[in-house]
Amino acid sequence: MTETSSATSMGTLPAGAAQGESSPHSFSRLDGPGVARARRRRGRRRRWVIAALSVLVLALCLTSLMVGHTVYSLDQVWDVIMGRPVDGATFTVGTLRLPRMALALVAGASFGLAGIAFQTLLRNPLASPDIIGISSGASAAAVFAIVVANLSRTQVSLVAVAGGLIVAFAIYVLSAGGAGAGTRLILIGIGVAAMLNSVVAYLLERAGQWDYQEALRWLSGSLGGATWEATVPVIVTLVLAGTLVVTQARALGLAQMGDEAAVGLGVRVPLMRIAVVMGAVALVSVATSAAGPIAFVAFLAGPIAVRLIGAHGSPVIPAALVGAVLVLSADLVGQWVFDTRYPVGVVTGAVGAPFLLYLIVSIHRKGGSL
Amino acid sequence: MSADHELHISGLTVGYHDVDVLHDVDLAIPSGKVTVIVGANACGKSTLLKAVSRLLKPRAGVVMLDGRAVHRTPPKQLARVMGVLPQAPVAPEGITVADLVGRGRHPHQKIVARWSAADDAAVAEALNATDTAELAERSVDELSGGQRQRVWIAMALAQDTDVLLLDEPTTYLDVSHQIEVLDLLAELNALRGTTIVMVLHDLNMAARYADHLIAMKSGEVRATGTPASVLTAEIVQDVFGLDSVVIDDPVSGTPLVVPRSRAASSTPPVRAEHDAPRPSPR
Repeated sequence: MTETSSATSMGTLPAGAAQGESSPHSFSRLDGPGVARARRRRGRRRRWVIAALSVLVLALCLTSLMVGHTVYSLDQVWDVIMGRPVDGATFTVGTLRLPRMALALVAGASFGLAGIAFQTLLRNPLASPDIIGISSGASAAAVFAIVVANLSRTQVSLVAVAGGLIVAFAIYVLSAGGAGAGTRLILIGIGVAAMLNSVVAYLLERAGQWDYQEALRWLSGSLGGATWEATVPVIVTLVLAGTLVVTQARALGLAQMGDEAAVGLGVRVPLMRIAVVMGAVALVSVATSAAGPIAFVAFLAGPIAVRLIGAHGSPVIPAALVGAVLVLSADLVGQWVFDTRYPVGVVTGAVGAPFLLYLIVSIHRKGGSL
Repeated sequence: MSADHELHISGLTVGYHDVDVLHDVDLAIPSGKVTVIVGANACGKSTLLKAVSRLLKPRAGVVMLDGRAVHRTPPKQLARVMGVLPQAPVAPEGITVADLVGRGRHPHQKIVARWSAADDAAVAEALNATDTAELAERSVDELSGGQRQRVWIAMALAQDTDVLLLDEPTTYLDVSHQIEVLDLLAELNALRGTTIVMVLHDLNMAARYADHLIAMKSGEVRATGTPASVLTAEIVQDVFGLDSVVIDDPVSGTPLVVPRSRAASSTPPVRAEHDAPRPSPR
């Protein structure tokens, strides 16, 4: 077989030349260093995307601190961050804008991570937690906590996480077993989401005036009135659950080839699956309890990240960055581009809905099913 | 050459839900040989392979590799000795051939220090051995069925294991690509001494490429041994319920199973053999 390859084609071929189909038996050979060079070249795009997204996130963070009714300079913003007193800015930037920016950053990253985790695990871009009802579970639980139980902020977070986990478990049990479990899970999830949304509507009907405002503002996904009290749990969850998901990124990628192939490569598939689901549910639930179910961010971040980096390397970290970019920029747009201020979820919803349609149409064109 | 590995199956019972698919199976897989499992549909041959590759947990019994139960061996450690090519693996969308083959290196990589020169060398060797080096930068989606199967085998080769399990590696391939894939595996066995265990549908291909044949029916092993000893008309009748004549393959000298049609087998078999040639219309 390959032993017959001629001396002329020995050694490393530049990968471009290796693509040519000159003759049916043009045996080209590769060596280790050649494979390494090609691999590093393929990885370059992903590194550039990560670097560019990081710069964009930083720029958006600073912009959202500077821009407002009063525009502060970078120097003034920096002084506030460093804890030096600046007239007016200390309150506006330090107390109002900084927690809001921080919440946008960590909630966006949380949604992005949770979205790509579910989408990769279930091998379907429609399987993001905001589509399959996990966000709705967290929402319904949180609205119940606000309207009926009158709980504190931290308690609302915990109840939201419990709601998300219960719904995740329920749709898993309802769809378990047999062939086509992935598709069934998505369809059941969409049904559960619709059911939970009507629970939310019912709770809002019964709510008092004040609670109603609070719950409604929260439900549309809002960063207004963000406080450190609400943001800190999201930061802690992002660090803990985010690390858990990121460490599973490679196993998650291998499981895309099917459980059998992944097991054959030494992946502990059931353990990986539990870790990823728990981590993703915690991320999406805690972020939802603080910022509301900001529409479509979990759903959008992964596919955008995949389109940016291509097929080489894990999209998990890029998806977190895309999530942060989406929420930070949507919040800036919602606040300052129009005459009226819109909650961040309204802006992401306006962007996300057309993308959902595009995705369904393109899946259909490729001849796939849900 | 590969080191010797003892692969033993004893008292293995495996099932899905309430149904046992395998009942009390005992087998020894010869080291450094090509073992082929044959049997009718739903006889449990794929289930057997899944139990050996520890995708399915046994209800009873044990699969032992080198004196240790595979279900109790750390997964990555086992994956450095035994590789698996499932029947229908899924190539992630848009992935290049080189990246897919590189995934076979997972069991050799640590969580932090990821790619070593040894990894790249193994990928290059796997691409060369399967004649897919020139496809390295292509996307797996755009390959033909035969090319794609060679790429999957390349991934298994990059894993660099002494034992390789394959579940119907020739399904969906036309006959020339079937031969190509089986030749590749035979070469791998001859050059590296890799122990190969595979499920095949085609009895004649099994006879030609196997050193050791396992015939299964209804979750039980009915016969094991050389192709010549297993592929007799009686055993083919027992395992497949097929009436056949077994002759020597004119190319390889291995048994060649020539089935009689159902219509012919409903009449006395003597007739088919001694039927006088009909006068030609011309």
